[in-house]
Formats: sequence, C-alpha cells, structure tokens
Amino acid sequence: MPPGCEGSKGNAIVHITVTVNGKEHRGEVQPRTLLVHYLRDVLDLTGTNVGCDTSSCGACTVHVDGRSVKSCTMLAVQADGCSITTIEGIGTPERMHPMQQAFMDNHGLQCGFCTPGMVMAAISLLDEHPHPTEAEVRQGLEGNLCRCTGYHNIVQSVLSCAQGGSAGGAQ
Amino acid sequence: MTDVTVRPVVDGRLGTSALRPDGLAKTQGTFAFSGDLSADGMLWGATLRSPHPFARIRSIDLSGAWQIAGVAAVVTADDVPGKPTYGLISADQPVFARDVVRYAGEPVAAVAGDHPETCRRALAAIRVDYEVLTPLVDPELAIAGAEPIHPDGNILRHQRIVRGDQDLVGEVVVEGTYEIGMQDQAFLGLEAALAIPDPGGAGVELFVATQWLHEDLGQIAACLDLPADRVRLTLGGVGGAFGAREDISLQVHTCLLALRTGRPVRIAYSREESFYGHVHRHPARIWMRHHATRDGRLQRVEARFVLDGGAYASTSSAVLVNAITHAQGPYVCDSATVEGFATRTNNLPCGAMRGFGVVQACFAHEGQMDRLAEACGLDPVEIRLRNAMRTGDRLITGQVIADVAPVAECIRATAALPLPDEPVGGRDGDPLRLPGGAGLTADVGHIRRGIGWGVSIKNLMYSEGFDDFSTARCRLADGSVTLKFATAEVGQGFVTLAPQIARTVLGVERAVCEPIDTTIGSAGSTSASRQTWMSGGAVLGACRAVAEQVVAHAAQSWGVSTAEVELVDGVLTSPDGRQATVGELSAGRVFEATFEHHHPPTEDLDEDGQGNCHTAFAFVAHRAVVDVDVELGLVKVVQIATAQDVGRALNPLSVRGQIEGGIAQGVGLAVMEEIVQTDGRVRNASFTDYLLPTMLDMPEVVAELIEIPEPRSPLGAKGVGEPPCISSTPAVLAAIRDATGKDLRRVPVRPFDIAL
Repeated sequence: MPPGCEGSKGNAIVHITVTVNGKEHRGEVQPRTLLVHYLRDVLDLTGTNVGCDTSSCGACTVHVDGRSVKSCTMLAVQADGCSITTIEGIGTPERMHPMQQAFMDNHGLQCGFCTPGMVMAAISLLDEHPHPTEAEVRQGLEGNLCRCTGYHNIVQSVLSCAQGGSAGGAQ
Repeated sequence: MTDVTVRPVVDGRLGTSALRPDGLAKTQGTFAFSGDLSADGMLWGATLRSPHPFARIRSIDLSGAWQIAGVAAVVTADDVPGKPTYGLISADQPVFARDVVRYAGEPVAAVAGDHPETCRRALAAIRVDYEVLTPLVDPELAIAGAEPIHPDGNILRHQRIVRGDQDLVGEVVVEGTYEIGMQDQAFLGLEAALAIPDPGGAGVELFVATQWLHEDLGQIAACLDLPADRVRLTLGGVGGAFGAREDISLQVHTCLLALRTGRPVRIAYSREESFYGHVHRHPARIWMRHHATRDGRLQRVEARFVLDGGAYASTSSAVLVNAITHAQGPYVCDSATVEGFATRTNNLPCGAMRGFGVVQACFAHEGQMDRLAEACGLDPVEIRLRNAMRTGDRLITGQVIADVAPVAECIRATAALPLPDEPVGGRDGDPLRLPGGAGLTADVGHIRRGIGWGVSIKNLMYSEGFDDFSTARCRLADGSVTLKFATAEVGQGFVTLAPQIARTVLGVERAVCEPIDTTIGSAGSTSASRQTWMSGGAVLGACRAVAEQVVAHAAQSWGVSTAEVELVDGVLTSPDGRQATVGELSAGRVFEATFEHHHPPTEDLDEDGQGNCHTAFAFVAHRAVVDVDVELGLVKVVQIATAQDVGRALNPLSVRGQIEGGIAQGVGLAVMEEIVQTDGRVRNASFTDYLLPTMLDMPEVVAELIEIPEPRSPLGAKGVGEPPCISSTPAVLAAIRDATGKDLRRVPVRPFDIAL
C-alpha cells in the first residue's frame, strides 16, 4: 500500500500532497481516483478535459514533474509528491504562454475541446525537441485527437511557436 | 521558453482572417464546456439503458435503487408529466421506454444522486425483467414487410423520383451497388447538461451543448408539460457537434430529475454512453445504373437507396430526400427513376451527420462516374467536365439551379493543383509515412500509388417547405456594438463572423457577442451549412437597421434628409462636408434593431419527386492520392487536393479550417471509421475500437477557394462546412481502386477488402 494509506480495504482513504500550478494541495483521495478527476472535481481545474475514458484522445494531458502525461492514465495517489502543471498554470490572459498565443494566432482550434491537452503535449514536445520538423510534430502529437481542424493549423501553431513567432491570420 | 506579452487582438472585418474571440479562453482552459458546469447543491444524474436491441419490458423494480444512500430520484416513463415521446420531425421516440425497448442503449430509467458513483450503484440495483425478442436488423426485411417494431411502422419514408424518358437506354450502361458504413460524429466534448429548477418547480433552466436551442426548448417543454416560457436554455460550451447534437439526448432527463428533486442536476455521458446517446450517419446500400452516350454524356440515372434509420425516426425522412435528390451529382441529367427507402430497424437510431444523406449519394454517383469513364474510354476528369452542371441546369426534381455553379471551375482548379512531392513509400525512409504508420508493418516493395476523383453538389439550408429563419439583434452604444443571437457556436466560428459583419457595416472596432440563449428568437439549427447565410443574414440585417438609425439621427441633427447622409467606414458625411463618426454619434445613446432573416420558401416534393424542394447549392471537387500496401491492405492517404465553391471567403483562415476538418472526416469514413453492429449490438463503442484519424493519418491538403460571390446570399458567401467531407470519401476510394485494380464499392474500406 502506498504510504499514508489508512482505513479498511473497502473505503481506504489516502493522504496525498501534490503541487499543482505552483500551489501545494494536501488532500484525501480514494486509491481508485484518477488524477484527472482529482484535478477537475476536487481542485476544480476544469481546463483539463475528459474526451474518451480510454487514454485514446489526449484531451486530459497535463505535465507531471515536467513530462506530459494523460491524466486519465494515472491515479491521484501516484501523483503524491509530484509537481503538476495544468493548462491553467502555464499562462495568464495578460501573459500567455507562447504556445497558447500560437494556437490562437494560427487558428489551431475550433471547438477548443482538445486544445488544453494539445497545448500541454506540444509544450512538452518542444521541451524535448526545440526545433522539430513537421513530421516530428505529427509523430509527437499523434496521441492527441482533434475532430474539428484536420490538424494542419495545430501543426502550424506548434511549428510557429518553435520558430519563436506565432504569425497568424490577424489582419 | 520565454513568455511573450500578449499583443492586442486585431479583429478584422469581412474578408480578413479575424481571430476567434473565444480563442483566449479556449487556449487558457477557462472556456466552460457544458461538462464543466456545476451549481451549489448539485446532484448527478445517470441513465439506465437497455442491454437488448429488442425486448418487451415485463416489469421494472426500482426498490433496490431507492435503498441506496444518497439517491434523490428514480424516474421512468411513468414519471414523464407531458408528452411521452419526442423527435425532430415526428415524435416517435420515448423519453423512457415503457413497454418495449427498440435498440440496445435505449433509456429505460434515470436516477439522481449525490455522487456519480451513487448513481452507478443505483442503476445497477434497478431490476428490469425483459422478454427478449428477435431484433429486426436487416433494412431489406423492413421493406419486405417484417412485423412492425413500432406503431408507426417500419418504413420511415418511401419517396420516388420520376423524370424524363423512362424508356431511354444509353449506348453505354454501367451499374453497381455501393455500401456506406455507420459513421459516428465523434465530437470530443461529450454530452453534458446542467438543469436548475425554478422554486416550486414552476420552470427550469438548462445549460446544454446543442445545435438548436429553440428546438430543444419546444421538445423539452412538451415532454415536461410546461409552458414554453417556463423553459429557458443557455448554450453550454460545445465541444464539436457535426449533427450529433441536433436531436434530444439528455435534455429532458436532466430537466425532469431537477424538477423532481428541486435541486440542480448535471448529467454527463461517458464516451461509451455517447455512442448510444446520439444518432449517427445512416448506413446505406445504394444501387445505381447510369446511361450515357458513347462519348460519355450522362442521359439517365436509375437508383434505389436504402438508408437504415435504426429504431427511431429522427431526421431520417429529410436525410432520405437529400440523398435521392442528389443522385445525379453535379452533372446534367434529364431522365431519372429513383426509389428511396428509410427504414426502421432495431439498430442504433440514425439522423444528422455532416453531409446529411449527400455523403451516401455522392459515394455511389462518383463510383458510377468512374465506371462510366472506363466504359467510355475517358479519363475521370474528362467525364466529369463533360457533364458538369452550370447555373440554369435542372436537378432530377425539376428544380433549376439558380446559384452560381462553378463545377467545371472546381474540377479544373483542382486538377491544376500540384501533386504531392512525397515519393511512393515516403521520404527519407521514414516508416511513419508508410501505409500502416506506427504499425511499421508495410513493405515498400508492396506499395502502389493511386489517384482518384470525387465531385459533389450539396444543398444548403433547410428544404421541403420548412420556414427556415434566424434572428439577431444589434445594439450600438458609445461606439460599441453588442450582438445577440441564439446561433449555437459549436466550433464553426459564428462568434468570429458576427462581429466581423458589425465592424464592416458600422465601421466600429469594438463588437462583442452576448451569451447565446433563448431570450431572443430562434436562429435555427447550426447544421445544413446554413448559419453563415441565415444567421449571417440576420446579423447583417440588424446592423444595417442600426446604421439607418444612426444616419437618420445624423440627418436630423444636421438638418438634412437621410438620403443626403453617407455612412462609409464608420464615418458619416453631410452634403456640406460635415462629418461625425459612428462612435461620436452613439456617445450616450443607444441604437438597437432586431432582424429576422428568412430564405425564400421551398416546396414539398410531389409523388414523383418533383418540386423546388431545396434552397441553394454549393459545389466542390476533390482529388486524392493514396499509397496502398496491397499485400497487407493498408492505406496511407498522401494528399487531398480540393477547389471549393465558397461564394466569398468571409474569413479565409476559418474557411480553410472547415475544409481541412471536413476532409479529415471524409478520409476517416473512407478508410477507418465505422460503428460495427452485430444483431443490433454495438461492438466498438470506444475510441480504442472506433478509430479516428490522427495527426499521422491526416493527409496533406492543398486547397483553392473558388470565390464567385453568390448574389442570393446575404453576404455573398455559401456554407462551407459540409462539402469538404462529401466527395473526399469517394475520391479516396477511387484512388485505392486505382492503386489496387480492385473493384471496391464499400466504405470504410477494410484491409481484407484490399488484400484478400
């Protein structure tokens, strides 16, 4: 059993301490609680979306200790002691993260449901490959589905961000 | 990575690629999708669904559910206070099944509880005693007179089209039967709604992701037996729609539970439940026989369409009419005999999906055009050019195409687009560019390249006499414009377009949209490629009315007649050279106007399928390039080239986004997307088993916009959402036929169709 676990098997409650977007949260969760549900339902960070329940779509992508993770594939207890960044933690309306700006400027979204996960996965991709080719962007983000855009403007957003600009369609 | 300071968003006017006003919230994670909503004291709701495609309900025992701590309500058909059924065209679908279930996944009961897990336990504790019946799953048996599975019968609609010389036999005759699988809209943002009851249960407010707020309102009010003014709807953030949110799903259930408990209730579907919870694209079987002269001029089309509507009517009758009236494609044809059936079976209900019947028709007529080309010894481009429809030509319904109809222009422009520079088997030996992608299984030596074509015509707006309209209000105060409409923003970008219209008409910089809800008149549905034309027309009309008020105000204060005042680019000028801006004239004042835009009336079809049933049309051509591993039956779609008749590109980047997104769905139907059912049971209700195109599956898209402003459209623009997903599918299949030499007539094409 993970440290901090107490109670009987049936209704075990686990104490966890996680740092989310720079702020420490101590809480009690059931061992079966998924990280995405902890983020959405306990911390009310609803920017992280659930699109599939089967780790297929990537809408729930967050960063755990700096690496991109589909938060429906991880239990909240596994995040104990970890530092988590969600879409709410990477920029503000006044100081957007360049990846957010790039998606806005390049029409990298329509309905926007995949966008938070796509942005988080893309930031992680550029951390590993600061100057990716188009093929590397496609390979790197293949685990994130979008049903609206056909992906081209998303790829363009990421490439534009990697090139240090986000020249979009604004006129 | 270094942060950059946000730069002001320069929103443009019509014709510029203005940025989405909701882009900031959507990239920041602060945009509230309907599944993100909550309220104090909120309960959760959940739905019990039939495991059987066809069964009689002998009894339902709810006592176990009531014993679960935290359960606040358990409801069945007995608890529906008003009309027990609903539906977009005919109200044949029960809110909850009463005596019989007609598809696997049909709602039987719903519960409200203090936690989603409480609800799940409560659902598991409900005992339903079913007498399982043999499901009717073959549409041909439904047509042949199988025992009715619904009091309204097994034929949802039967319509024929008879035109011209019925005895004509062409010098060249080709025929074929084509099949289209059941496609899912697969929007990413799952169904979710939050209902908040009024004190005393006198009314209810619903926040929901939908395509048509007012239609939902009418159906909800009827089922709840509430006056329409006691039901208020606000659009919850919509995570894609594509037709799947046109019908009621959880709306009535959520409101009913809220009224029963006196507390806010939220229902949110899982992905699996979503596959059962909304209608899908009709699977279809289409036979066609084409007659032509030896030199390839199309003379006559014979066809028989069978669309499986599944258990309930939804929009099947309209989908069928769309399918059969587009049987000739964008080609001149004077004679036709077409018969169409939409059937009721115990399969999943089908209704609207992007393309709405025309996807199915186009897949068949484009297969036929390729056969005709081969029989006449013509190239696929030449046969299409030779028959291309123009303005003034007639449909097989007798309707004259009054629109700009640049079919030949679309074909020629597409043909002129560059073929991919990607060599067969990919560049630099990158295995991810091979058919099969990450499976890394393809052998370069087995890969063949093919090229194929698809061209289509698609009706825009509603048909068959429907009084189609949209409402918008423009309010100008202190130099700022506020726009109000009930147009559902589902991702298509109307919230970008509407301020573009206001800025263009009034010359102001600041134009914003109010919340989208039912406190204004209906905007109609966000479907049928209609909102740019219809709601765009309403916003245009409202802005022009406000402009007239501003001009009248200036004229009065200057002591001249209104006809003498010019408004250009936000500046009003009098004959003697006095000037004032719209901002100055509206300082401390309010100008307001509401406008309803209607399109010209359409007609019903007569019994021979003749009549002016459609409103307008748009055209598009697609050319697909594929690489196929003929040993393994794996396909990589390399490129789609397209030229689309858009009228006028009001926001070019948004138009391209629609084109690329639509092509993704067309490619998906061609090579991977299908809901598979066996004896009425779904076998792949998840994203691990229902495959969607990924970033690696998506081909390169080279697109050209054919911009010939449509005089009949308020803004000169045609709807652009549906055409991209219509002829891209047959183009891909034609390319696979070209690569393999196989006579493929079904989509999605499966590895064993190619390799065995």
